[in-house]
Amino acid sequence: MAYLELRELHRAFGPVVALKGINVELQQGEFLSLLGPSGCGKTTALRLVAGFDRPDAGEILVDGKDITRVSPSKRDMGMVFQAYSLFPNMTAAQNVEFGLKIRRHKRHDRRSRVPELLELVGLGDAGNRYPHQLSGGMQQRVALARALAIEPRVLLLDEPLSALDAKVRVQLREEIRRIQLELGITTLYVTHDQEEALAISDHVAVMYGGRIEQMGSPVEMYGTPATPFVAEFIGTMNRLEATVVDGGNGEVDHGGKILRVDAARGLPRGERVLVLVRPESLELERTDNGAAAAGGLAGEVLTHTFLGSTTRVKVIGDGVDLIADIPTSRIETLPVGASVVAKIPVEGVRLLSLAEQPAPASA
Amino acid sequence: MRKHIAPTAVLWLVIGAAYFFIPLLATFLFSLRKASTGHCCSLAAYGTIVHNPEFWTTLRLSFQLSLEVIAISLILFVPTVYWVHLKLPRLRPVLAFFALIPFVVPPIVLVVGLLDFYKGTPQWYYGSPYGFLATAYVILAFPYMFFSLDAGFRAIDVHTLTEASQSLGASWPTTMFRVILPNIRVAALGGSFLALAIVMGEFTMASLAAFHTFPTFIQYINETQAYPAAAVSLMSFGITWAAMLALLFVGRGSRSRVQVAGAH
Repeated sequence: MAYLELRELHRAFGPVVALKGINVELQQGEFLSLLGPSGCGKTTALRLVAGFDRPDAGEILVDGKDITRVSPSKRDMGMVFQAYSLFPNMTAAQNVEFGLKIRRHKRHDRRSRVPELLELVGLGDAGNRYPHQLSGGMQQRVALARALAIEPRVLLLDEPLSALDAKVRVQLREEIRRIQLELGITTLYVTHDQEEALAISDHVAVMYGGRIEQMGSPVEMYGTPATPFVAEFIGTMNRLEATVVDGGNGEVDHGGKILRVDAARGLPRGERVLVLVRPESLELERTDNGAAAAGGLAGEVLTHTFLGSTTRVKVIGDGVDLIADIPTSRIETLPVGASVVAKIPVEGVRLLSLAEQPAPASA
Repeated sequence: MRKHIAPTAVLWLVIGAAYFFIPLLATFLFSLRKASTGHCCSLAAYGTIVHNPEFWTTLRLSFQLSLEVIAISLILFVPTVYWVHLKLPRLRPVLAFFALIPFVVPPIVLVVGLLDFYKGTPQWYYGSPYGFLATAYVILAFPYMFFSLDAGFRAIDVHTLTEASQSLGASWPTTMFRVILPNIRVAALGGSFLALAIVMGEFTMASLAAFHTFPTFIQYINETQAYPAAAVSLMSFGITWAAMLALLFVGRGSRSRVQVAGAH
């Protein structure tokens, strides 16, 4: 039995339908990220779990108990907000202590627990500081310690890193994951940052238009996206619309060019498909005369974007623009303006049928 | 680097200070004149005031009324403004409109209307300054209290603080008293002292409703005794200043919520 269960949650705000029946099952101690663009319903889902809002239909169960109608103060959910949420009139230590006082923990318990929690988030010496004396990153650490202090059944994090700079984000997300693993706390994390979600989660649920498009492990989400939206949203993806011409040999026709793709094997002739290729899977070869090699698409290098060990190359081709990640050490062989052939690998390419997209997945 | 104040700024400051202090100084000098000769200097006018039992009874009544008005206003408006900010933000312009009515309607019109409206109420209410007059003053103080509290609630993230408090297990009253109120303390104090200043200086309503408050006492002295009138005016001014200083003193503990460091 799942520890946290969302069953067919619906929520509408007037004419705007924020959630169209989402289903999630999460085991105890697991970390699930709700990932999606603005307005996809991820924060609405989190707020329903926290109890700050009520669903129009559906149920929320924790450890088998229905908490859909339970008030937020009685749910035992620790929450870290996107906005800085520390109580300005209290020091960091008093903020952490607040939930313990509400729960009438004894004074000596509180006195020992608060420094432990501040230490856990790396702020052992900041207990006497007021929120306005703390940086954004430190405030979010204290907020995390405050949420953990009550030993919540589920930890909810609503884009807690979005207001922080890039370096602190990376540092703090790793700390969140470390603490989550250390305490084994069931965690629901909302973010629009796919890199963040993939980096720290056991499971990622990509949401779009109030539905969960796909839920799976980060590796599954990246390697085998179930819908074009997931493919677009998680990482960068080249999309080629094609028609199956020979299902036996796995051949598809893209704009008159025949490409061999293993994933097309067994598909009926004439079926419209979307060929999805990651930039790192695409190979570029320079050609002197612009002629396309077999199994490749001809084009011209348009731009280079330096990414460190790799350089992202944009190729403008006949009918489609492609993106390829090339080792930076090789980039001199592919200067801007060079004629190239982009080779689609036979294996490791994802293929989605355009005729029937899979229904939005429930977890 | 030390900043220099421009000479024109100094000039304007001097003009402003003169505009403010010369009448006070003139009133003070006038209050020091002897009743018998009309010449300086004697504190007899001040003695006349402080030895007048009416001074103390009316001052006490007005102070008590002030405290009552402040208490009623805070009890009425803090939860109301809080709830409007939290749950009914679309009602805020409506409240702001109602809050402007006491500014627009002259007190003389207001008191006539209120006297008529409350005419049938029990005598313990209608005939008592702590009943009818306090009600009228709460209405009069409404704009000051509302706009002060409104500014206070705008300065904090009401939604996030409330939700953070609730997620930690706090009930509504706990959230109100331990999280929200301490963070709007300065706004509540500002509104309270404005209400105090209004009650300590309001004459029209008290006079028309036939209650003898501190402002009506000042008016009576003004009409009958020249030098004590100047003295009591200055004393009234001093009381208002004392209230403002009290606000400064109490509010000094408040902390700025300015972000002082970077993102980490």
